[in-house]
Amino acid sequence: MLSVRGLSVRYGRSVRALESVDVEVGGDAVLAVLGGNGAGKSTLLRAVSGTLKLHGGSVTAGEITFDGRRIDRLDPALVVRQGVVAVPEGRQVFARMTVEENLRAGGLGARSASTRASSRERVRQLFPVLAERAGQRAGLLSGGEQQMLAIGRALMSDPKLLLLDEPSLGLAPQMVGRIARIIREIHEQGTAVVLVEQNATMALQVADRAAVLEVGRIALAGSAAELAASDDVQRLYLGGHAESQAQAESEEAEARAHRGRKVLSRWAG
Amino acid sequence: METFVQLVVNGLGKGAVYALLALGFVVIFKATEVVNFAHGSLVLVGGYLVYALKDSMGWIGAAVVGIVSAALAGLVLERLLAGARNADHNGLALLTIGVDVIITEEIVRRIGADIPFIGDPYDSQPIQIAGLTIFRTQSIALVVGAVLITAFFLAFRFSSWGVAMRAQAENREAAALMGIRSSRVTATAWLVAGALAGVAVLFMATQDFSGAGLGRGTHAIALIAFPAAILGGLDSTAGAVVGGLVVGLTEALSAQYISFEFSKSAVFLVMLLVLVIRPSGLFGTKELSRV
Repeated sequence: MLSVRGLSVRYGRSVRALESVDVEVGGDAVLAVLGGNGAGKSTLLRAVSGTLKLHGGSVTAGEITFDGRRIDRLDPALVVRQGVVAVPEGRQVFARMTVEENLRAGGLGARSASTRASSRERVRQLFPVLAERAGQRAGLLSGGEQQMLAIGRALMSDPKLLLLDEPSLGLAPQMVGRIARIIREIHEQGTAVVLVEQNATMALQVADRAAVLEVGRIALAGSAAELAASDDVQRLYLGGHAESQAQAESEEAEARAHRGRKVLSRWAG
Repeated sequence: METFVQLVVNGLGKGAVYALLALGFVVIFKATEVVNFAHGSLVLVGGYLVYALKDSMGWIGAAVVGIVSAALAGLVLERLLAGARNADHNGLALLTIGVDVIITEEIVRRIGADIPFIGDPYDSQPIQIAGLTIFRTQSIALVVGAVLITAFFLAFRFSSWGVAMRAQAENREAAALMGIRSSRVTATAWLVAGALAGVAVLFMATQDFSGAGLGRGTHAIALIAFPAAILGGLDSTAGAVVGGLVVGLTEALSAQYISFEFSKSAVFLVMLLVLVIRPSGLFGTKELSRV
């Protein structure tokens, strides 16, 4: 499906962001790309989605193909027409437009009106909250709702491959868990996913395969289970998140149990 | 009182024309973030073709050709700016100044000593209603402006073009990731702006509007669209319309009650006053945030 071979990217004349990166994504997988700040994760997604130029970057070597067709020189809008859609870092919803208008904008890249209609139904089922907020300005949604809108908007053109850049960024742990389940569901509905994340715990739970980027190069690659068991990944990426997420999940379970027990009682003064 | 009502109607008529110009100016700014200083020359391109063709093909045919030509001139200018790939927005704005000088000088040279007026069907034919004398040009401008502005806002709000345009204006990268082709949105913005300038000049180069005639005078009037757009808020389409009407009324009222010479300064004084109180204009964007 997606094949990245020997990809090198630079910003300006001197900043090398990626060096000879190889990545393969099949139609039946969620691929997680892990790495710290500045490792080149977002650059990889920008190169695939064709938005490098908007950030002053350019591909200096290698090629990117999707379903056998080169896409590394295409305009971003044409990459979308091929079936590859990205959700950029920081969500970037159209804050001054309503939720409904955001979804409509997402549908502008759809191949036909029937695709748009079926995608709208899919988005409605995945994110019922968006229907409730249809007339509200997107900038006034909560962070989690904005992330749902960003993903829903991207699904409106019925992509074959969805690229997600740090969907967990800035979200509460419970919301991270919810987004993770939604990503899994999107994949089970037949959309391949590339998930770029710093939150390795979440990414490795969701992904089938994973790759670790370090300073612009692929340092490790394998199945998600292999990487989760790797000492290096454990030490570098799983420490903090594993604890915080496990803690959040146990707190959520406790709160749920507590809510179940709660009874109203009359104040007796 | 009669004088005041006449002034208001005439001021609103002028304001509608300024609103058409300011709207075009704002649409280009929203799509490209470029301040188009060549807007006055788009006005002259449309006006010149009406002047050159109205005797041979009739006023209506010439007006249509003028509007289409101004739209196409906008598109040519857009292609020229798209060719300057390495220029930033300020560089492109300077480029539009150069283009403006070239086009304006060439048209002025072609017109020569003539001072043509191109509003033949309505110019210098005042309407008398209930003892009031109202310029026919301004009245028709008000109606045409209202129709075009309404059509524009309906398209901007509800059509796919409008959604694409607003999405790109807000976030170019996210819009590209939605499959919105930036070059098409930009091209249509220049086409729409050019067409609106082509309509505006039909009312501007008249005895009723200013008595200046097609040429440098019309170009100078077109510059009034800048304060209209700026005081409304450079990135606000609604602001452009309100700004246009405020400028039209300010000009008409100050010309009558203070002095004709002062009326142009009054427009800029109002703009300064608005900017001191609201630096982003009456309707300019302020960041939305959830608290």
